[in-house]
Parts: sequence; C-alpha cells; structure tokens
Amino acid sequence: MATPAPRLKVATTSLAGCFGCHMSFLDIDERLFELLEHIEFDRSPLTDIKTCGACDIGIVEGGVCNAENVHVLREFRSQCRILVAIGACAITGGLPAQRNHLDLADCLREVYQTDPGTPGGRIPNDPELPLPLDKVHPIHEVVRVDYFIPGCPPSADTIWKFFTDVLAGRTPTYPHGLIHYD
Amino acid sequence: MSTSPTFTLDGREIPFEAGQTVLQAALTADVYIPHLCYHPEFKPHGSCKVCTIKADGRHVSACTWPARHGMVVENATEELDDLRRTLVQMLFAEGNHFCPSCEYSGHCLLQAVGYDLQVETAGFRHFFPVRPVDASHPEVWLDLNRCILCELCVRASDEVDGKHVFGLSGRGAGKHLIVNALSGRLADTDMAATDKAAEVCPVGVILKKKAGFRVPIGERPFDREPVSAQAARYAPRPPARHREED
Ligand code: SF4
Ligand code: SF4
Ligand code: FES
Repeated sequence: MATPAPRLKVATTSLAGCFGCHMSFLDIDERLFELLEHIEFDRSPLTDIKTCGACDIGIVEGGVCNAENVHVLREFRSQCRILVAIGACAITGGLPAQRNHLDLADCLREVYQTDPGTPGGRIPNDPELPLPLDKVHPIHEVVRVDYFIPGCPPSADTIWKFFTDVLAGRTPTYPHGLIHYD
Repeated sequence: MSTSPTFTLDGREIPFEAGQTVLQAALTADVYIPHLCYHPEFKPHGSCKVCTIKADGRHVSACTWPARHGMVVENATEELDDLRRTLVQMLFAEGNHFCPSCEYSGHCLLQAVGYDLQVETAGFRHFFPVRPVDASHPEVWLDLNRCILCELCVRASDEVDGKHVFGLSGRGAGKHLIVNALSGRLADTDMAATDKAAEVCPVGVILKKKAGFRVPIGERPFDREPVSAQAARYAPRPPARHREED
C-alpha cells in the first residue's frame, strides 16, 4: 500500500523587507489548504518558530541590511536544501537599497538628530540592536540562491506557480503575466 | 518570373529587400529577434548585442548584419538566449533599476525583454552606481540611474531635432550620458518636451513631467502582450527610406 509522500518542510523569513511578499503568499487564499497537504511550516512568521531546522525549501523575503540579516540568511542557507529569493528586495536590494547612494552615518544623523521631529535625539546604540551594514545587498550577493520569484510583491498566482512547479519536480517558470519586476 | 531573395531563420524562409538587415527583414516577416538599441527610425547602432544571432555559424548583430540570399540564421536557440540573458542581467546590475518605483515600468523595453527571456535575477553583484537625477528642466526630467547607453536620444537629438542635447562621455565602465550645457543641466539646453529625443528612450531615463503613472497597471503596453508578440508594431523600413519619410 502506497504511503502518502512526506510533506516538504518550508521555512520563510523577512529580512529587509516589508512583509508584502508574505501577505501575497497568504493571498493564495483557499489554495493554502491544498498546499498544506504537501508542505508543513518550520521557522516562519506564520508559526513563530524562531530557529530554522533542516528544511526542504527556505523562502527569503527582503535584502540584507544589517548583521542579523546576514546571520539569519546564513542559517537558512545551511538548513535549507532549496533556497528561494522572493520579491524585489531579496532579488535586487529593492526599496531599502535606495539608501545605497547615501552615506550611512548621514542617514542616521538625518533621521535621529537633524530631523525637526527628533530634536535633541541620539542615534540608538543599544548593544541588542543589529549593526546596520554600510550598503544593502540582494541576498544572492551573500549566499547561493537556487530560485527567484520576482515581483513587488509577486502575485499570489506567481507564488502558486512556484509551488506547483516545485512540488511537481519542475524548475519554476513564470509565463507572461506572472513574471513582473514591479 | 522574379523571386525575391530569402534567407532561413530557424528553418523558416524570410524574404527581404535589398539593403535590409536581418533584424529588419525578420520584423517585416513578423518574426521577433530580441533587441534593445535598435529603433526602426534610426540607423542601427549595434551596441547592446542583445540581437546577437548566428549567421552561417558566426555570431553577429542582427540589427547591423545585412541580409544575404541563402544565408542560414539561428535565432531562438538556448545558446543565444543564454547569451542574451547574461547581457540583460549585466545591464540590470550596472545601473539602478528599481522597477517598483519607475514610472516607465510596463512601458520599458529592457524590462519587457527581461520578462521575455525569463530573467529572474541580475545574478551579478550590483554596482549601485551614484547617478543623480536631473529635474532642472520644467517639462522633462532625467533619471540617469536607468541609462543603458543605447544612444537613441543622442541620435534623435542630432539627426531629427538638430539640437545636440545629449552625448556619451567616458570609456568602459565609466561611460555615461551627458547633457550638452556648460552647467551639465538639462534646463540650460534648448530641449523641449515635443522633441524626438524626449520620446525615444527605451527605458525610464528621459521622462516627461506630469505624465507618469497615467496608465493603470494591467493596461500598460507590456502588461497586455509580451514584447515578442508586439514585434510587428515596430514596422521596420529599409534603411534607404529612413530619412525621407520623417
Ligand atoms: S528603466 Fe525599465 S528596467 Fe529600469 S527601473 Fe525602469 S522599468 Fe525597470
Ligand atoms: S538616456 Fe535613454 S535613449 Fe539615451 S542613451 Fe540612455 S537609455 Fe539610451
Ligand atoms: S539591437 Fe542590435 S546591438 Fe542592440
């Protein structure tokens, strides 16, 4: 008697992202029930599990903007068989990378000291805060990435196409209408 | 009986007129060859190399290569598409292309060619170059972060507008678009929004003010159809007839 195939373990995280890609993922709506017959979640904002166990698929939203992002990204790479960059920020640096042409110290001074809304403010330096990186990077500049799901965010249909392709053992492809950089 | 000369493109017979390039003949026959710096109204420039084909076994640019009777051309092969993908990826990596906030998104040829070739990532390390925006002109602004150095604006300003507003300066990785004014600012040129140079940019560099985001997402030119399906719209003309018609 055939036993059902074990469910694939999936971890997700948002680094320097806005959670828009996660929202779009939830936007697959009732297809989530079908998906849950084939996958189960490990570390993810959806489960609140804080560390990533051995997984089949790791999905990373957002680029790398601070030391903690680097740490989490490396954890995902070492634990996940297939690492996936989802969305413009993970793939290109995206909106957070729009600070890359500015000096980081100038940014911090502008936000915490010279902005009229923060008179007499101090640049936060609590040791618990992750150190910001000089520049924001797409995740493929830090670790090897297996698949990319472009879009800002990718539509629910694009994310669904990714899962149906991968679950069927195919390389994910996105035909016209599903591939978007915006 | 006179038969027109032909060549084969991926096994399909393509007729051509004397003086046509492979790209012009292919587009006339409604066959798409990916391209970026080619524009039907201008003399081919041959700089982006996205149109690279194999003609009788040699890699050449379809936009500059003259069609010849009996020539055997390869176009839609995995090898050539791989090469084109790499070129498009390099263009993305060397500029600052943040499509989500670009008002040319959905109209942009670079983006559309990327979609068509299934470019999902720039792959390379991004340069994140520092290129300030020039918003000095009352009607037109420049976002140089997105320039792919195709020289179409240079060609349009020289040949059609007769104003010589744009030029390329520097070599290699330092090559960049410049504005022909002592100050370097667009406001100090005689550029007008009605100039040909204001409409030819294939990407989102030369933009008319107060016109962005007019077309809703879903109805933009490349939302409706992939660029490969719109090839015929580029109604190519043989080079001999270029200027007379304009
Ligand atoms: S010019 Fe084209 S590729 Fe570049 S950001 Fe704008 S839409 Fe994207
Ligand atoms: S501004 Fe536009 S038309 Fe001019 S060289 Fe750059 S990409 Fe080409
Ligand atoms: S279109 Fe032929 S080289 Fe650019």
